[in-house]
Amino acid sequence: MTAIPSTHRSRRRRHVRRFGTTDKLVLALMVGLPSLVVAVFVLLPALGSVLLSFTDWDGIGVNTIKFIGIQNYVEIFTNYPAFWPAVEHNLIWLGFFVLIPTPFGILLAYLLDKKIRFSRVYQTAIFLPMVISLAVVGFIWEIIYDPDNGLLNDLFGTNKQGHYIDWLGNPHLNLWAALVAASWRHVGYIMILYLAGLKGFDSTLREAAQIDGANEWQAFTRVTFPALKPINIIVLVITTIESLRAFDIVYVLGGNNGTKPGMELLSLLITNNILGESSHIGYGSALAVVLLVVSLAGIITFLVQNFRKEARP
Amino acid sequence: MPAHARRYPSPTRVAAMMSDRRTLLKGMLGVAGLALTPELLAACGSSGGGSSASTVTFGCNGSDAVPKAAFAAMTSAFGKSSGETVKTNTVDHDTFQNNITSYLQGTPDDVFTWFAGYRMQFFAGKGLAHEIDDVWNQIGGNFTDAIKALAKGTDGHYYLVPLYNYPWAVFYRKSLFAAKGYQVPTNWDGFLALAGQMKKDGLIPFSLGYGQGDSWAPLGTFDFINLRINGYDFHKSLMGGKESWTDARVKDVFTHWSQLVPFYQQGAAGRKWQDAAQSLINKETGMYVLGSFVSQQFTNAADLADLDFFLFPEINPVYGTESIEAPTDGLMMCARPKNESGSAKFLEFVGSAQAENDYLNIDTSELAVNKLADTSKYSDLRKKCVQAIAQAKNVTQFADRDSDPGFISNVVEPAVSTWLGAPATTDSVLNQIQSQKSQYFQS
Repeated sequence: MTAIPSTHRSRRRRHVRRFGTTDKLVLALMVGLPSLVVAVFVLLPALGSVLLSFTDWDGIGVNTIKFIGIQNYVEIFTNYPAFWPAVEHNLIWLGFFVLIPTPFGILLAYLLDKKIRFSRVYQTAIFLPMVISLAVVGFIWEIIYDPDNGLLNDLFGTNKQGHYIDWLGNPHLNLWAALVAASWRHVGYIMILYLAGLKGFDSTLREAAQIDGANEWQAFTRVTFPALKPINIIVLVITTIESLRAFDIVYVLGGNNGTKPGMELLSLLITNNILGESSHIGYGSALAVVLLVVSLAGIITFLVQNFRKEARP
Repeated sequence: MPAHARRYPSPTRVAAMMSDRRTLLKGMLGVAGLALTPELLAACGSSGGGSSASTVTFGCNGSDAVPKAAFAAMTSAFGKSSGETVKTNTVDHDTFQNNITSYLQGTPDDVFTWFAGYRMQFFAGKGLAHEIDDVWNQIGGNFTDAIKALAKGTDGHYYLVPLYNYPWAVFYRKSLFAAKGYQVPTNWDGFLALAGQMKKDGLIPFSLGYGQGDSWAPLGTFDFINLRINGYDFHKSLMGGKESWTDARVKDVFTHWSQLVPFYQQGAAGRKWQDAAQSLINKETGMYVLGSFVSQQFTNAADLADLDFFLFPEINPVYGTESIEAPTDGLMMCARPKNESGSAKFLEFVGSAQAENDYLNIDTSELAVNKLADTSKYSDLRKKCVQAIAQAKNVTQFADRDSDPGFISNVVEPAVSTWLGAPATTDSVLNQIQSQKSQYFQS
C-alpha cells in the first residue's frame, strides 16, 4: 500500500475536485442505483434468510414464525442423512471441475488457438452444449443413460435382467454420471473464455521464449499461463461458482421430487425444503446459510489473496 | 393425464422438463415475494374489485390440453344453467402446487382445484379454506361413505367436492396369464408363488421404475402391504405422524416387502414408470403395482383391451382387501370468497352427475366418483376400476396425499430408494425416518 507515491494521490484528489454538479449527480446515480438494487435484491433477502434460519416457519401467516435459536442447525448437522453427503458431493463437484473439465477446456483452447484447419468448426461444436439450456442438456444425457433404451447400456449390452448398469439410479455411479454431463457443457465454456484470452495474448512473448530454447510445455507454463493471469482468475472463479451452484442438471437427472441417494447437493436440499406446499422455510434458510458461508469462505479467501498480490509493488 | 392423475409424471418429457425449470424459478420468486412483502399475507381477495357478484373466479390446475377443455365444458354448462359466470384462471399444474401456500394467502380465486385427504385437511386446518356443509346437504346423496370421508376436514366439516379419482392395483395382461396358465392370487403366499413361477418361466415378475422424479412409485406397494397387514386406521395414523416408524408393525411391512424385492425388475432406480409400463406391454414382465394411469402407456387398442388388474392380495384376513388406494381430486372454496353464494352454487353443480359427465366425456383418463354419473360408455377396464373403488370400505389417497408431502418426498422417498437397493438395512432406514419425523409433525 505504501508503494503508491503521495504525489500520485494528491493529483488524484485534485482530479476529483474538478467534477461539476452534473458529474457528481451522474456519479451518485451510477453508484447509488446499483447499490440500492444490490441492497434490496441481494443483501436484504440474504439477511432475511439468516434471520429466518433461526426460526420455525411453514410460510403460512407471519404470526406463526417461531424463534427456535440454533435448533435448525443442530438438526441439520446431526440429524439429516442427506446433509453430509450433500457437502461431500459439492466438494467432489468442485474438485472434479477444477481437475478435469477446466484443464481440458484450457487444453482445447490452446490447441484451437494454433491456426489448425476447421478451427471454427471445432470451436462451434465444443461450445454448442453451452448454448443449450441445462435442462435440455439433462434431457439429452437422460436418454444416453436410460437403463433400457439408453445409448450406453445398448452399446455395452447391459440392459438385461441381471446385467443392468443403473447409471442414474446406482448411488455409487449417479453423481459421476451427472458430473460427466455437466463437464460436457463446462469444457466448452472454459474453452471459449480461454480462447478469448489467448487471442489477446501477445504472441511475440512466446516466440521470444522459443528463441531462447523453451519447448512447448515450458513456453506454456512459464510464459503464456502466467501472462494470462486475469483470465486464469476468471476461469477459477467461474469454475468455483459453477460447482457451488450446481443444480439444474442434477435436478433433471435425479428428479425434482426429494433427493436421489447418491445425488444430494446443498442447492437441492434448499429447494426441497423451501418449495412446495409443506415448506420449512426456517430449515431451508438454515441450509442456505450453510451454503452461503461455504461460498463466502472460499470467495473471500480467494479475493483477499488476489488483491494482496495485486497490491504488491 | 399423468400430471393430472399423479403429482409428478408428465406425458411430454421435454415440455415437462422445461416447465420444471420454469416452475422452479417461479416458485422461488413466489417464496421471495412472500418473504419480502408480508402485507400480501393480509387478506383473501378482499382488495380485488372488477368482478361483479355474479362472477365466480376459479383457480384451476388443469393446465394440460385435455383437462383444460374438460373444465371449460363443465364451467360453461354451469354458466348456462345458473346464470353465473365462471372466470377460470388456469395455472400450470406443478406451479399451482408449489405456490399453493402463497396463493391461498394472497388473493386466491373463489373456488380452486385441490386434492382430497390430508392435503385438503392441512389447509382447512390452517383456516385457508371455507367449510361447505350447506353444499353437502344438497349433494351428499350422490357419494359413498368412503368418498364422503375424503371430503371432510379433521373438524368434521366438509371442505371439498370430489370430482374424479383412479385406483391403484396389480396390473397384468390377460393374454399372458392365459398363455401361461397363471391364476389371479388371492393371498400373499399365492402372490409370492405366482411371482416365483414367473421367474422360473423366464419372466420378470414385477415391473418397477422409480427413476428421476418417480421416487413416489414404490410407495404404492408400501401402502398396500401396510393396509393389508395393519389396516386402514394404522395407515392413517402412521401417515398422520402419530405412530413410530420403528414400530414392529412397520418392520413387518418391510419384512413382507423384502420378499418381493428379488422379483423386481432391475435398473429400476434409473427407470421412469412409463418405461416400466412398456416392459409390461412387451410381456417382459408379468405384473405391475401402479395406478390405473398405467393404461395411458397402452397406446395400441388391442394391448389396452388386454390389460386387466386384480386387487392387491390379502395378507391379514382381519383386513382382507377392504381398502383401496384411489387418489381423488376435487374443488374447494377459499377462506373469504368474493362471491360466496355463487361459489356455493358452483360447488353444488360440481357435485352433480351432470358436471361429472361433462368433465369425464372429455377427460376419459379419470373415473367418476359420483354414484349417479353415467358410466355406460366406459371400457370394461374403467368399469372394473369404478367397481373396485365403489366396493372398498376405505379409500386411501396414496402416501404423499395422506401425509405431509414434504415428509414423504424429503424423508420417506429417499429412505425407501436406499432401502430398495439394500433391503437388509431395514432397521437403520426406519430409524432414519423416525428421527426426522418430528420436524414435520408437531404433535
